Amino acid sequence: MISRKIVLHFPQVLVDQPIVYKLVKDFDLQFNILKASVTSGQEGLMVLELTGKKENFDKGIEYLKSCAVLIEPLSKDVIRDEEKCTHCGVCVPVCPVDALVVEPQTRKIIFENKKCIACELCVKICPPRAMEVRF
Amino acid sequence: MKTIKEINEKIKRGDVVVVTAEEVIDLVEKKGVRKVAEEVDVVTTATFGPMCSSGAYFNIGHSKPRIKLGGGVCKLNDVPCYTGFAAVDIYLGATAIPDDDPRNKVYPGEFKYGGGHVIHELVAGKPVYLEAIAYGTDCYPRKKLATAINLKDINEAVLFNIRNCYQNYNVAVNLSDKMIYTYMGALKPNMGNANYCSAGQLSPLLKDPYYKSIGIGTKIFLGGGVGFVAWHGTQHNPSIPRKDNGVPKVPGGTLAVIGDLKQMKAKWLAGESMYGYGATLAVGIGVPIPVLNEETIKSAAVKDEEIWTQVINYAHDYPQCIAGSLAEVNYSQLKSGKITVQGKEVPTGNLSSYSKAREITEILKSWIVKGDFLLSESVAPLPSVESGYSFKPLKESPSIS
Ligand code: SF4
Ligand code: SF4
Repeated sequence: MISRKIVLHFPQVLVDQPIVYKLVKDFDLQFNILKASVTSGQEGLMVLELTGKKENFDKGIEYLKSCAVLIEPLSKDVIRDEEKCTHCGVCVPVCPVDALVVEPQTRKIIFENKKCIACELCVKICPPRAMEVRF
Repeated sequence: MKTIKEINEKIKRGDVVVVTAEEVIDLVEKKGVRKVAEEVDVVTTATFGPMCSSGAYFNIGHSKPRIKLGGGVCKLNDVPCYTGFAAVDIYLGATAIPDDDPRNKVYPGEFKYGGGHVIHELVAGKPVYLEAIAYGTDCYPRKKLATAINLKDINEAVLFNIRNCYQNYNVAVNLSDKMIYTYMGALKPNMGNANYCSAGQLSPLLKDPYYKSIGIGTKIFLGGGVGFVAWHGTQHNPSIPRKDNGVPKVPGGTLAVIGDLKQMKAKWLAGESMYGYGATLAVGIGVPIPVLNEETIKSAAVKDEEIWTQVINYAHDYPQCIAGSLAEVNYSQLKSGKITVQGKEVPTGNLSSYSKAREITEILKSWIVKGDFLLSESVAPLPSVESGYSFKPLKESPSIS
């Protein structure tokens, strides 16, 4: 089993096609949509976490390529320096995927790296610069 | 009715009852004001957030031969200090940045390192590089100095913040269609987020709205060590609109605080960078409120939903100094993660760390309970409502005449 975060760019013609559904049905892959949007030029963008058997994963990627979907690995990883984080929470409304949330009891800020799409929005605005990009 | 003297006797005997500003809320709900006023001796309050009007002064000791930094240039890790004193006294402000920092020339600037970061590193025990140029005199002949210094070897190192601990603060939003970068953080266009900066129901001056207990000389937790209220802070403004419970609806009072930097801890003094705005220092402050009567408890038990503040447009009204609020919201709403402004739901973010403020109320409580921290009488009050003291805008005049 492998699990990878990938970024997909769809040309306009494919935006309405059930491509992700096919990945599940034909290649037995599990997915977790971290982000999906349609940009102004009507191009689709999706960040997926794809999990499955290595050979199925490779076949699925081949299938996506054959559909003219542009694939990039999500190679950056954002981590939090726990020493530096003051748990203020100014990053919370900035994160587009709720990877940074307030824990209501402790009022501490939880960072869920699994959800993170490495958009880096929090990296610059974190006052003590606790969020770091790793390549 | 109790006196501070009596409370201090209890602290020494080890039978003082201390609760945090959060605990007192539940306690009053359960037992009522009168009972709690009898049972509780001290309420601990706190805040931890960026406070730009902070800084520290140092006496670095005399070099051989002597140098007079006064009138010269002195930098700590490239960050310029103020030298307009005698020979070896300098002051480093939290927002000072190296001369070669690009600032906002490449907008928005990063402001990765400034005075706040130098103070943090010194407190963390790291050596800092001092470089100075002086003009030289007969008694202070030396003109150049370059040396590593560290906190333990220099003479005085004193944190002296001229404005901290704001009693309430604005909620910042951006009504324009561009991203803006402010001291209240990055604000997304069309009210994409709303940033606030207060510990709300934990915050010292919100729990003593008329400054009846907090005054000049009040002993406090400052940056992990012990400090004192030195004066009212700059821009102190008691004459602002208040709710029936006395709590200001807009930024009100402030504190100037002072304390020995050598006793402080890096955890409670964090260098911070406000993207597109500047460098600063996050300061942790805890203030004990002695329970002298029922009124003290009534004020100290005010909770988030009873503390209101204003939503201000930082894309126009704030920079243009135009009064006007887009909405009035309370801290319970702000803490829920979203507020409604002009019919729109806006996600909220806090610049001030509630969890750290809570931790400070607990630490201060433990210091008092253990007998390590006695309360001080204030030696003079802060200007309150009846003083008529208020905060004025600048009157500009083109010439001196
Ligand atoms: S903005 Fe930075 S310091 Fe504040 S909670 Fe987020 S990661 Fe932590
Ligand atoms: S980089 Fe930061 S803002 Fe972007 S998804 Fe990850 S945690 Fe959220």
